[in-house]
Amino acid sequence: MLATLSGYRAVSRPQRTLPFPSPSRSPIAWSTGTQEMGSVTVYGPPISPAVSRVLACLLEKDVVFNLVNIDMSKAQHKSPDFLKIQPFGQVPAFQDEHTTLFESRAICRYICDKYADRGNRSLLGRRGGGLVERAHVEQWLEAEGQSFNPPSSTLVFQLAFAPHMGLPQDAAAILLNEGKLAKVLDVYERRLEESRFLAGDVFSLADLSHLPNGRYVRAGGKVELFTSRKNVARWWEEISMRPSWQKVVEMQPAPPSF
Amino acid sequence: MGSVTVYGPPISTAVSRVLACLLEKDVDFKLVNVDMAKGQHKSPDYLKLQPFGQVPAFQDEHATLFESRAICRYICDKYANRGNQSLFGRNGGGPAERAQVEQWLEAESQSFNPPSSALVFQLAFAPRMGLAQDPAAIELNQAKLAKVLDVYERRLGESRFLAGDEFALADLAHLPNAHYICAAGKDDMFASRKNVARWWEEISTRPSWKKVVDMFSAPPA
Repeated sequence: MLATLSGYRAVSRPQRTLPFPSPSRSPIAWSTGTQEMGSVTVYGPPISPAVSRVLACLLEKDVVFNLVNIDMSKAQHKSPDFLKIQPFGQVPAFQDEHTTLFESRAICRYICDKYADRGNRSLLGRRGGGLVERAHVEQWLEAEGQSFNPPSSTLVFQLAFAPHMGLPQDAAAILLNEGKLAKVLDVYERRLEESRFLAGDVFSLADLSHLPNGRYVRAGGKVELFTSRKNVARWWEEISMRPSWQKVVEMQPAPPSF
Repeated sequence: MGSVTVYGPPISTAVSRVLACLLEKDVDFKLVNVDMAKGQHKSPDYLKLQPFGQVPAFQDEHATLFESRAICRYICDKYANRGNQSLFGRNGGGPAERAQVEQWLEAESQSFNPPSSALVFQLAFAPRMGLAQDPAAIELNQAKLAKVLDVYERRLGESRFLAGDEFALADLAHLPNAHYICAAGKDDMFASRKNVARWWEEISTRPSWKKVVDMFSAPPA
């Protein structure tokens, strides 16, 4: 059951006409401002790190959206209708009036480009920063995707999800990936000594992209990876306290062990 | 034309991804070798360019960058009017068309790259480094890659290239890993899938990629 967020209007929207089975509950739109109800829909459970990456981006950009849950315990993500919009059978999928997309980081880039004039306008670099500033954001977004994501995703699965799915934890995998993640965070520690955020002085999509896995790794008992590194700790504190991320966390049901 | 420099050995999959993009875009560049056998990629000077100690690194008169896919995006945007102008969707295609390319570039990055990189290491690089191959790792990653290629097979049944009817950065990004897998004799994964085979034949015979492959066997600088 998703709680109504204070400061938000929770509005029941009619089911969209899509080649898609009815979701387990009716879609709920979050409205953050005066934008009229658009046709942006995200498919997937908010507990999913990749789904929450997209939600954080939409909230930063002040873009109204519908969230349609996908019940993965009932294999809805492998249904023929869902596979039409996400051929790998993963979450999230995204639709607006122009396009259907998958891969959370691609969706985020599109949201930043398409809704360039809304909400936070410097997620892909400041307006005057040009291609070079965008490239710095892209560089650290790729670092997240290629270096931070693999070991942190394994830890997220092992620490946050496996216990709830009744699966045994793999101590060797946890140890191995903790070591890998520590090496990545060492690089971040040096970078964040010279820069307030990863790509520069302004919060960007590169920082945002770390929030989902970072949250679950910390909540799963490995907070020390972050707190033992002075600049990483400062950075994490700043990015995780952003109102947009706090709203996403509220949307995620709290598992019993958190 | 400014002074574009790429740092790294051309045989590196990530380096060759950038080289392919520069050649598609008709952008002159200098290639500076980084001798990884001698640990040059971990030298303090190199770490200033690439703090993870990996290859490639890239410089032009405006920026120093790392991560091959980020470098490729920059090259496409910076040199938008040179060479192949539809690597990110056609001019005038707008955010939705670019997003289709981004989507399949992310699919390459998140779904194709992990199992194919593991296979490239096992099949192409472990032997030349005198390291034992791991048959379990080969089998596991072949199975994972097969599932990804099954999705590609369906996609390429409805579309000439991954993102649409034009060769794009999303297709280009696959060239290095697929090349090494095929060169090591595992091309049946591609050849056994009709649409994937067609797509692979088309993208791997592009002149830009052929030039990159020639660079693999050139003597080190």
